[in-house]
Amino acid sequence: MEKVLFLFMRRMRRPLVLLISVYAIAIGGLVLIPGQDDQGQVWHYDFFHAFYFFSFVGPTVGFGEIPYALLPQQRFWVSLMLYLTVISWLYTIGKIFGLVSEPAFIRAMQEARFIRAVRRLQEPFHIVCGYGETGSLIVEALSARGARCVVLDNEPARLDDLELANLPLDVPRLCADATNTQVLIEAGMRLEDCLSVIAVTDSDAVNTKIAVTTKLLMPRRVVMCRAESSAAMENMASFDTDHIINPFDVFAEHLGLAIRKPHVNELHRWLGARAGRKLAEPLLPPKGHWLVCGYGRFGRACRRYLEASDVQVTVIERDAESFAKAKDEGLKNRIVGSATDPEPLHEAGVEGAQGIIAGTDSDTDNLSIVLTARAINPRIYTVARQNHRAEGELYRAARLPLVVEPSRIVAWRILPLATIPALSDFLARCRNQEDDWAAELLEELREEMGRRAPAVVSLRVAGADCQGLRRAVGDRAVRIADLAYSPQGETMPLVPLMWGRDGKYTLRPAPAQALQAGDSLLLATSERMAHRLEWLVCHSEHWGSAPGTQTGLRPPQAA
Amino acid sequence: MNLDKVLFGFFVLLALTLNVGFVYGDIDTPEHHHVWELFAALVVSLIATVLKFGDRSHLGAVLLASSLVADLHLVAAALVWGLNSQVFAAASEPGVVASVVSLACGALVANLASVILLVVETLTLRR
Repeated sequence: MEKVLFLFMRRMRRPLVLLISVYAIAIGGLVLIPGQDDQGQVWHYDFFHAFYFFSFVGPTVGFGEIPYALLPQQRFWVSLMLYLTVISWLYTIGKIFGLVSEPAFIRAMQEARFIRAVRRLQEPFHIVCGYGETGSLIVEALSARGARCVVLDNEPARLDDLELANLPLDVPRLCADATNTQVLIEAGMRLEDCLSVIAVTDSDAVNTKIAVTTKLLMPRRVVMCRAESSAAMENMASFDTDHIINPFDVFAEHLGLAIRKPHVNELHRWLGARAGRKLAEPLLPPKGHWLVCGYGRFGRACRRYLEASDVQVTVIERDAESFAKAKDEGLKNRIVGSATDPEPLHEAGVEGAQGIIAGTDSDTDNLSIVLTARAINPRIYTVARQNHRAEGELYRAARLPLVVEPSRIVAWRILPLATIPALSDFLARCRNQEDDWAAELLEELREEMGRRAPAVVSLRVAGADCQGLRRAVGDRAVRIADLAYSPQGETMPLVPLMWGRDGKYTLRPAPAQALQAGDSLLLATSERMAHRLEWLVCHSEHWGSAPGTQTGLRPPQAA
Repeated sequence: MNLDKVLFGFFVLLALTLNVGFVYGDIDTPEHHHVWELFAALVVSLIATVLKFGDRSHLGAVLLASSLVADLHLVAAALVWGLNSQVFAAASEPGVVASVVSLACGALVANLASVILLVVETLTLRR
């Protein structure tokens, strides 16, 4: 920015010197030439009147010959000078317009505006690098949840999409290369308010560069990266990238989970959905024999997690080279051929198979595989990988029980990490729990909330042991269940998910658990209750001061 | 030899010399201070200011600042002169002349600083 401003001033030297010189000559000349006043006396323009005269003659405003009518010799001079001043004005103005419409100048102005917008945010924000399919989902969801974002992308067309996205919050954006350290700093990577840097461009190399830059300059900043190759994942892990999300791994993990522990997987879907949204049907992929079509990164991840869930896997792959690798990995059931044709499917045993995964990188092939398999075995459970968001219509028309959209998976994984880190923590712990445990929790959630997604709230108890709340409940330790009482006396839905004290966490704590300052809580509740809860616990010292008012808490015994 | 440098040095020095020429003489004697000289000093000072635009170095910034100070003084002097001659018809009063000249004297110091900086910069140039 500074550079362009200096360049602008330097380029303005010539027109400004010209303008000053022309005015000086014009004024000086007019002062020298003798004129006549209304009495016919010799009268000379003084500097003040000469300046005044040329101030309106120069830009061709023309108030007339002031203060006295000019003599012919004065008119000669003025007509000559008139053209000179007009030309120098045109030259100056043309120069200004030229400089202002120069791409470098416009870019610098955009950059300056972006830096100002980021500084003006004054609240915690996330930096999202890459506004492609994943990035747009993340930004949209974060904005809907009230979190601020800053967007970097090097594709102007994508930023135009952002401009038209109609988000509830203003999103500062810059068209720039996010691998450039300076750009990341301008996006506010060094600011205290920056919560995380989310690198979801479609290139592993770019994501890696963003992660390296952030981790080197701000080691404590949370970095979330999308990575598709194992080399990039290892590389990112080597410099402590906080969260590395491989969409194929995540999907395969959840597919395995859905087969092994369907309720645990369902818990993920419930808590990850936007609050108040109607919940979709549960996913119940069958156990038994599965076919995996395409043995690239996706197919390999699926096979690993499926086999870990005691599922028999047969792989169909067209490329013999991928198979040479598969041989090393000890894959027993494999068939060479294109799964879009019926023969390899028959050979793989599609008639008796329970499920099929169409996981090639071509959307056309995937749809064709699924339709062919279904024609042979109508009861087969079909999973297809959708590579482009634009093909969504086709995939919906194919009525598949499960569609794999890598961009959606990455966004779905990143959202809780960015908005409620404790929820990600909770879900990770859930994955180690038994399925019955999750079924119980789901039942409890369903009783409290019905079939709508709950709002998940993460709280930290402030104040000295919630003194205000303690007074409100009648001078005894505050319990988790006390939070569910509203000022109107009704009981709000509240399901405690996790309670933490001194770095120790308990899943599904008892509602009678007493709270003290510094405790962290993760609760599932209704959307209406969520805002109230946050306020109450953060400002609990005020509770006792206004009992019975909107913000006061009615003691449970009175309720 | 660089023509830009010649012009730059010329205007910076000319701003100082014209300024000295205007100020030189008794402070309150109107005959010692000609309005043309003030006009020339103002115009040249403005041009010198514009020529100092767009220099990113630290010295460039200080040169520009001193030039702006000189402009401010000279514009103020011209205003005092103009107002007194046009509105109050008191341009030849010793008090008015003294205030115009003392304002120009302030500009003289700023112009002197400019020239000294310029000379210092020239001397430190490595050949």
